[in-house]
Amino acid sequence: MSTDVSQNLITISVDGKEIKAVPGELVIEAAEKAGVFIPRFCYHNRLPQVGMCRMCLVEVKGPRGFALQPSCYLPVSDGMEVITESDKVKKAQDGVLELLLINHPLDCPTCDKGGECPLQDQTLTYGPGESRFAEEKRHWEKPIAISDLVFLDRERCIQCDRCTRFADVIAGDALIEFIGRGDHTEINVFPDRPFSSYFSGNTVQICPVGALTASPYRFKARPWDLSQVESSCTTCSMGCRIMVQSSQNELTRYLGLDSDSINHGWLCDKGRFGFEAVNSSDRVTVPLIRKNGSFTETTWASALSLIASKVSSAKAAGDPNRIGFLLGSRLTNEDIYAWVKLAKGVVASDSVDCQLGDGLSGKVISVLPRATINQAASAKAILAFTGDIREEIPVLFLRLREAIKSGKTKLATIGTHASSLDQLSDVSVKVSPDQLQLLARELMQESSKFPDIASLFTTQGVASDGDGLVVLLGRENLAWDRSVAEAFAVELSRALPKAKFLITIRSSNFAGGVDLGAVPGLLPGRTPIEDASLKLRQKWVNLPGRAGYGAAEMLKSALRGEVDVLFLVGSDPRQDYVDSVLANSALDQVGFVVSVDTYLSQSSSMADLILPASSFAEKSGTTTNLEGRVLTLNQKVTPRGLSRPDWTIASEIALELGEDLGFTSAADVLDEIAEVSPLHWGLSWHRLTRSAALEGVVIPISPTSLSIRPNAMLDQVSTPGIASVWNQGLASSKTSFLENDSEGDIEQVAEAPSQATRGLGESIWPLAPIQLLGFMNLVYTPKLYSHGEHLKNSPHLSHLAVEAKCRISGRTANDLGFETGDSVRVADKAGGEGLFELEIDDSVRDGTVELTRGSFAISGFSPVRIGETVNYVKVERA
Amino acid sequence: MSFFTPENLGKAQVLVGLYPDKRSALIPLCHLAQGQHGHLSNEAMVEIAELLGIQPAEVMGTASFYDMLHTEEVGKYLVGVCTNVACMLGGGLELLEHASDVLGIPPGATTDDGMFTLEEVECVAHCDKAPCAQVNYRYFGPLADSDFDRLVDDLRSDRLSETVPPHGVLSRVFRDAPAMVPLEIIHQERRDMDEAKKARLAAQNQDAGGKQ
Ligand code: SF4
Ligand code: SF4
Ligand code: FES
Ligand code: FES
Repeated sequence: MSTDVSQNLITISVDGKEIKAVPGELVIEAAEKAGVFIPRFCYHNRLPQVGMCRMCLVEVKGPRGFALQPSCYLPVSDGMEVITESDKVKKAQDGVLELLLINHPLDCPTCDKGGECPLQDQTLTYGPGESRFAEEKRHWEKPIAISDLVFLDRERCIQCDRCTRFADVIAGDALIEFIGRGDHTEINVFPDRPFSSYFSGNTVQICPVGALTASPYRFKARPWDLSQVESSCTTCSMGCRIMVQSSQNELTRYLGLDSDSINHGWLCDKGRFGFEAVNSSDRVTVPLIRKNGSFTETTWASALSLIASKVSSAKAAGDPNRIGFLLGSRLTNEDIYAWVKLAKGVVASDSVDCQLGDGLSGKVISVLPRATINQAASAKAILAFTGDIREEIPVLFLRLREAIKSGKTKLATIGTHASSLDQLSDVSVKVSPDQLQLLARELMQESSKFPDIASLFTTQGVASDGDGLVVLLGRENLAWDRSVAEAFAVELSRALPKAKFLITIRSSNFAGGVDLGAVPGLLPGRTPIEDASLKLRQKWVNLPGRAGYGAAEMLKSALRGEVDVLFLVGSDPRQDYVDSVLANSALDQVGFVVSVDTYLSQSSSMADLILPASSFAEKSGTTTNLEGRVLTLNQKVTPRGLSRPDWTIASEIALELGEDLGFTSAADVLDEIAEVSPLHWGLSWHRLTRSAALEGVVIPISPTSLSIRPNAMLDQVSTPGIASVWNQGLASSKTSFLENDSEGDIEQVAEAPSQATRGLGESIWPLAPIQLLGFMNLVYTPKLYSHGEHLKNSPHLSHLAVEAKCRISGRTANDLGFETGDSVRVADKAGGEGLFELEIDDSVRDGTVELTRGSFAISGFSPVRIGETVNYVKVERA
Repeated sequence: MSFFTPENLGKAQVLVGLYPDKRSALIPLCHLAQGQHGHLSNEAMVEIAELLGIQPAEVMGTASFYDMLHTEEVGKYLVGVCTNVACMLGGGLELLEHASDVLGIPPGATTDDGMFTLEEVECVAHCDKAPCAQVNYRYFGPLADSDFDRLVDDLRSDRLSETVPPHGVLSRVFRDAPAMVPLEIIHQERRDMDEAKKARLAAQNQDAGGKQ
């Protein structure tokens, strides 16, 4: 949102005070900005207004004198006179509240909303204090489960339409509705159609009463038991801003913070309810060493010295690249930097990777011009060649959906399978790998083989050099090698140099990993290893002699017995690597596997040594989201057991190896990052935690203007749980977020630094056109609840985990003689086989097999084989 | 799809095609489904939702708003006795009580044989024949107790099938939709009207200016 002062402001008077307002703004908003709070229930700044509850009535002067009008439904106009406090207004507020309370039960003592309830608060402040209603109240069965996560108590509902508006307008899942009329009105779902939306938790967050509650928080705490800190969700790469709340050193709830650039206050359910994994009983809390096939506890000291001796002897043997580091998405920027410094700057190994075959090459990511989320949401047109955003980065889907529905931007999708973006797109083209290069080259030419896209973009005003276009680039199909998408993007960027890219990879801190050199060949700041800066050489004792291995090569060399020590830092290749057959057999061949992890994952349980790492909310630091925005993560609870933050572990190992990384706090690490990486210039813990830094900063920060957006004022009725903890919660919850320190709202710069454009290689990736008898095209995609330790350890989410499914079209099923529910054997080219339940789905293209990434790896079977550009499978009757 | 009969499905598709926004056909489709089945079953609502590309909850939300759309099963004859002012003065409350006695059910209930549902209704604009009742939305009045008994008798023995349609059929007259006027023409007409209005105002202003 622009705060451009040159806008024509108009003047209105509120309670006799002249205030400036933006034309089109609502009276309730203009008054709030001027410090006059008008009570409200149905109004929510991120939802379209409905003017339903009448709590916001104010007197507005019209041709016939002052009259009551709903201030949430009335745009300001020049010279308007508004009175918010008068006998007439007071009487209206009394009346509205008395009416609302007629049917509202006296549940406060047992209601989860008690203490943070806008109805309670506003009744106390504005209400009549007494009711004339002596009759029987309305009764409903209470509460009813409308989904696995959400409970509804209809007696408490005040029919503000927030939940239903959110579900319909924002999420596009109109699964809850007003049923009936008058005093029979209730919110409910259709019989046997539960409210199973990925976004259901948001309705609980915005319900102004205790009608909607979420099972993980029911009867857990009161606001005065809670303390809170701001942080960011690290479940995917969106980096939604959250308020982390805890009671007695245990996490109790996340609430979405309203960030204009990121999540608009929304969260997905996986992000919102996944916090319980931190409390999981499967946490690793002490260092564990494998002895005779099973784990026994050991001390940090002996674990560290064992690691040092393994690393030293591996190093002495020659090639340091035989010491590998796989860094997972859990890591903060500080963790990544410390581990990269340990790997590249101490051990001199360049075999570091932060992705597990489901991402894109760091080099390609760093050369593509970056778009921010807001730029994507306001682009003239969007081209999507990405996995299903709704399944992978859910809140980004909400942002894009809103932009497209508003008609501001138009979308074209290309790919192999139907995705939720298709429902929003104007053009959607199905492609095969060999068409992609051509498509990239001729995208804006109406004479191309894809004239629909070209004409859509031209009508939208996208320039022939791509100006105005934002490309969403991810892994549309995991069964195609990442090189397919990379080649497409590089070609497209050549053809349309002004087009910007938003990299839509799900894994949370991939951008931080790429920016900080957790990919082979690069140093922090996306600098090639050959070009280490003077600053870096001063800070680092060592540098890799030559380029090391990425995840794929690392695992392949491991298979050949060429990896001596492998560090899995929050990385679980057995579960997460796309080619699980390779990952499984490779890990067995590694000399010594060290797992630094929070849980006993599939990989850590096979390691030689496990070091317990602190989890989310147990450490502070920063993370970088998919648009390159650096966001703060704050500690809320103490680390479990003997676990330590990952950056500390790297420092300790370095010390054992005789080197001091030089860090005593996460802030030190950030300072060094800002010093050695041109990309991170100007960052400091102090700047990021300044009260105004709610949204973090997009890097690189331009040297002349540090850009930090001031905090939006928090409406205590929009997200009831936050302001109340601030007001009545424990003292430690008083972070400075509510204070509006508007130090500068300066233009943000999101261009990639010019130095990073080098390295745009000439290589055209080879695409083998393969036609193999009996084999079908494979589409392999994840779902939101596909897999992972995080999901498994979140008690309220784990049962949502999806099973691996095999889907083919009706026609293909007919040809093969299959029916829905058949059990089929899917065979890959390398001879691996997996058993699946077949589902017929006509959104699948004929001759194609779609496999959903499921919750469990099937041993001996991996639909994706690294090294194959395109993967094919056979489907046979089991 | 399995709720609509092939014939009604055809009609439904025509109805859906009539509107630029499919959702606009929601109420017409509810009428169609209720005409076929007497009430809107869950199955019917799911199918309507599919035809319109919306959620069943949205169909339910709309259908449950209107008293003349029934989401619960009702008897073959829906008897509504009016107790609003005119009828009340003419004995509507007594008529309702009598109806309740004769049918053996309180207002809101359905007889065991599924023949009658009794309702108390507000003014149905038949005040000149107070006290009145409606059966499947066809009017009868003024009704003395004995008239009501005869009415029930006639209904039971099917003597009124000409006048009273099966429940759910709100209209027995089906007309073809008029030919669609292309949107362009509508827009053009609007523009023309706007132009004309502008010209008129300009002329008026000029007049006023001239007089000054
Ligand atoms: S359940 Fe809550 S959010 Fe939904 S309408 Fe009722 S009061 Fe509003
Ligand atoms: S979209 Fe991603 S970052 Fe946002 S709440 Fe969901 S998982 Fe967390
Ligand atoms: S009517 Fe304005 S807040 Fe509800
Ligand atoms: S009062 Fe009964 S029909 Fe009007």
